[in-house]
This record gives sequence, structure tokens and C-alpha cells, in this order.
Amino acid sequence: MTVEFWIVQTFNGLSYGALLFLLASGLSLIFGVMRIVNLAHGSYFLLGGYMALSVIWRTSTFPLALVAGAVAIALVGIGMERLFLRRLAGQTLGQVLMTVGFALIFQDLALLIWGGDPYSLPLPAWLQGVVTAGALRFPKYRIFIMAVAVVIGALLWLALDRTRVGAMIRAAVDDAEMAQGVGIRVPTVSLGVFALGALLAALGGGIGGGFLGVYPGLDFEILPYAFVVVIVGGLGSLPGAMVGSLLVGLLDNFGKALFPELAYFTLFAPMALILALRPTGLFGRT
Amino acid sequence: MKDRRGIAIGLVAVVAVAAAAPMLSAYPLTLLTQAAIVAVLAMSLDVLLGYTGLPSLGHAAYFGVAAYAVGILATDHQRGFLVCLLAGLVLATLTAAVFGLLAIRATGTYFLMITLALGMVVWGLAFRWVSMTKGDNGIAGVPRPELGLPWSMGAPLPFFYVVLAAALLAWALLGLLVRSPFGLTLQGIRESESRMRALGYNVWLHKYLAFVLSGAFAGFAGVFWAYYNGFVSPVDVQLVTSVETLLMVALGGPGTLAGPALGAALIVFLKNFVSVYTKRWLLILGAVYIGVILFAPRGVLGAFRRDR
Repeated sequence: MTVEFWIVQTFNGLSYGALLFLLASGLSLIFGVMRIVNLAHGSYFLLGGYMALSVIWRTSTFPLALVAGAVAIALVGIGMERLFLRRLAGQTLGQVLMTVGFALIFQDLALLIWGGDPYSLPLPAWLQGVVTAGALRFPKYRIFIMAVAVVIGALLWLALDRTRVGAMIRAAVDDAEMAQGVGIRVPTVSLGVFALGALLAALGGGIGGGFLGVYPGLDFEILPYAFVVVIVGGLGSLPGAMVGSLLVGLLDNFGKALFPELAYFTLFAPMALILALRPTGLFGRT
Repeated sequence: MKDRRGIAIGLVAVVAVAAAAPMLSAYPLTLLTQAAIVAVLAMSLDVLLGYTGLPSLGHAAYFGVAAYAVGILATDHQRGFLVCLLAGLVLATLTAAVFGLLAIRATGTYFLMITLALGMVVWGLAFRWVSMTKGDNGIAGVPRPELGLPWSMGAPLPFFYVVLAAALLAWALLGLLVRSPFGLTLQGIRESESRMRALGYNVWLHKYLAFVLSGAFAGFAGVFWAYYNGFVSPVDVQLVTSVETLLMVALGGPGTLAGPALGAALIVFLKNFVSVYTKRWLLILGAVYIGVILFAPRGVLGAFRRDR
């Protein structure tokens, strides 16, 4: 185990964590405001990747592909929340089954539209290649992912912490009933947060398409990661999602590199340990 | 007294199926066998979801652990039925005992997410621990057990009768469990945890025991599943299997035992029939999930029990 090994693996873990942050921050916020366990969140990631793929095939414009994919899936999320999930407020089991039903439908539709072959999102020239530092080589694309996650994280934090809308969202997370009582339109806030969550997940899917690829089954493969992030960090907490993402990215990467046979175990066992000590996660409130 | 009517109808249905079985061809018989096994899994989850009010999203874990125990012991070590059955039950119970320690502390959505993640631990091991589980390829060639009976279990009909007997045994035991003072306490906890605590019941212990027992019965189903399929793979422990079990319970009506068993049979037949006619069966299954929640939120049996 050389120093290079640790540096490279840490870098890979952090970049994967950055991607997970895009996926999990939305899931966490959705849960915080609406108490919905959204098992279709991985589907947004997958569909975001496929949408980005379709756009880039036609336009060859990478940033447009990411944005178009994210916006399209945000609209899907709005439809789901408005027409189906809203009426299930407080029914945990109903929400789970409903969102799984959507996840299955999305999975099959994706198979119908894009087929079963795995694809990789073609990257623009400026994101290809590596940055070398001495003997170490860092792929540019992974640096780009981290930069995007930092920007999104900062924007989310500013929006939540410094704006009027952010204050409304935080109020709804803390106590939806009181927030409603002081005149905040909680249903509208919920819809907005749900759309934002879907948007971020789809953006993650588009960006992830550049190095994870886009393929059938990715939705249910990535979903547990998002859940672990949210559980470890604490439901509804943005700092929790940040710390959780990085932790999960690192654990997953080192687990796969050091103990390949127990790779998932090294991810879930620390989570179980954290839960045993702090049932609401690192940053969660009871 | 509705309970007695439910039991009577259930028994009549079972006897009718058992009497009709010799006249059926192999394919419907296979489906019935599958339905009987999955019914046990659904009933075991009902103890948690319907009677205790704990929505577990990792129930395939205990089912799968037992199936893997049978798969590994019956192929690599050529162990007989009793050893496999015992190993499957013990391992499933132990897994539930460990997971329960972590999960029972949480309530509501947290419980759901923790059981989901714990279920993924088992899936991860099944998928990645290749030297033990053969990974994604799964364990093939699990032989049907020799039970010392004059009939070979390789034939569909004798095996169906054995599975049916096992399912009836599980139904009877679970029925006794939920009607015992212990089971009534569980229902009390489902209705109001704080009130039961105030009455002096050890709520944690009751929930924990329900969790472990539920896992043990899921393991019982898993043992027969491995023999039925002759094949064990990560599919048996994946999240979708857990969720499908939840759907069966929700479809049949939580808190009725007979309902989830019926739900299991419906889903098994639906999946098999729809997949014969169309490749788009996932689409239809997804629509079933949504439809059940929108139109029959208390399940098929629940819809007939408006007095509750």
C-alpha cells in the first residue's frame, strides 16, 4: 500500500461521494419536508442519464444535455407529486408501494425506449484526459464532478440558509403544521422541493453517465447508496447529506479496493454502527 | 368470529386445491407450489406489518439467507433435508436477531429505511462474496430433498403436497401466534405504543420477538424456495423481492394472515400469466402497485372487513 494508492483511492472516493451528493441531497430534502420515502429516486437518476444521452446524440452539446435531462425529469417529478403522492401524506406503506410501482414502470419504459445496451455519455474534449501531478494522474472528469457538487452544495446552502424561500423550506422541515399555520403554503413548498430533488437526481444521472455509464438496473443499484447517505447523515439535513455522501463515497471505494469480496458489507456495516449509536443519523434531529 | 370464517374459507380452498392437484399438469402445479411457498413468506411479513405495525423493507434477507444455507449445504456438502432445514432456520433467525437489535430502536420511516439498508447488506454479501455464494451466477443444481417417503420429491405432485403441508403448518403456527396473548399485545402496540408501555408491557421486547419470529418463518419459506427452484441467486435477496412481499401483504389485507397468503398467490399467478403474453410485465406489475394503493388501500380482504 503506497502513498499513491491512498491518494488515488481517496480522490476516487471523494469524486464518487460528490456524485452521490447530487442524488442524495434531493432525497434528503424531500424526506425532510414531506416525510416521503421515495423509492423512485434512483429512477430519476437513471432517466436523467438517458435523457442527457438522447439530447447529446442530437445536439452534441454536453451542458445542454445535462440541463435538459434534469429539467425533463423535474417535470416528471412534479407530475408524480401533484397527481399521486400528495394524497398519500402520512401513509408510509402506501408511499413505498406507490413509488416502487413508478420505479418499475420507469424501468420498463426506459428499456422500451433506450433498449438494454449499456451506454456511456460522450464527453466534450475539455473534460477528457487527465491532470498529472508528479507520478499521480487525476481524470479531469472526476475533478469536474467534484466542482459541480461543490457549486450545487454551496448554492443549496445559500438558498436554504440565506433566502426567504429557504427559510420557508426549513420551517416546513421543522414543523409542517406550524409552518402552514403561520401562512407558509406548505403544499407549494413540498412540490418545489420534490421537483428540486428530482432535478438534482437527474443532473447526477447525467453527470454519472460520463463515468458510471447508463444501463438498465442502474436505478436500483444506485438507490441504496442514496439511502445509506441519507440514513448516515440524518434525514432532511443538508450538512448531513454532504458529510454522508463523502463518507459513503470513501467507504465504498476503499471497501472495493481493500476487501473486494466484502465490498458492500464494508459500506453497510459502518452505517449500522452509526445507527446503533445515533438512530437519527449524524446530523438528524429527533 | 370473522376469523373463524376466514379460517374455514381458507381451509376449504386448501382442501379443494389439494384434491384437484392430481388432475393438474406440471405447469399449474409448479405455480401452486410457488404460491404456497411465497404465501408463507407473505404471512411471516404480516406478523410484522399487519399485526405489529412495522413495515420491514428487508424481509427478503431472512428468506434469502435460509435459501443460501440450503443451496450451499445441499450442493457443496450434500447434506440431507433435516440438516438443511435446521441450518436455514437457525441462520435466518440469527440474522433477524442481529438486524432486530439495530432496527427495533427506530420507528416509522426510520425503521423502513434501516431494514432496507440491512437487507442490502445481505444482498451485497450474496452478490460479492463469490467464494461462498458464487456471486451473480448463483448456486445451481440444488437437488430436491429425500424425505424417506415412498415418493420421489423430484416429481411435481409429491413435492407440492410436502410444500402445502409445510405452508399449512406455518399458517397454523402463525395463527396461534397472533391469537395468543403475545399476539394480542403486538396488536396493542400497533394501535398505541405509548399506552401499552404505560400498561407495563415491555414494548421493545415484544417488537423484537415479533421481528425475530417473523424472520424465522421467512427462513422457513426460504428453505423450500431453494428446493423448489433448485437455484439460489442474489435475485432472491434483492430489494425488489422485499417490496414484492410488502405488495402481497398490502394487496391481500394486512393483519389477516389469510389475506397476505391470497395476495401472494395472486401476484405469483399474475406475474406468470402476464409474462406469458407480454414482455412488458414490469409495466403491468408497476401499475398493480399503484392501483392497489389507489383503489384497495386495505387490501382485498380488508375491503370486506369494514367493521374494523
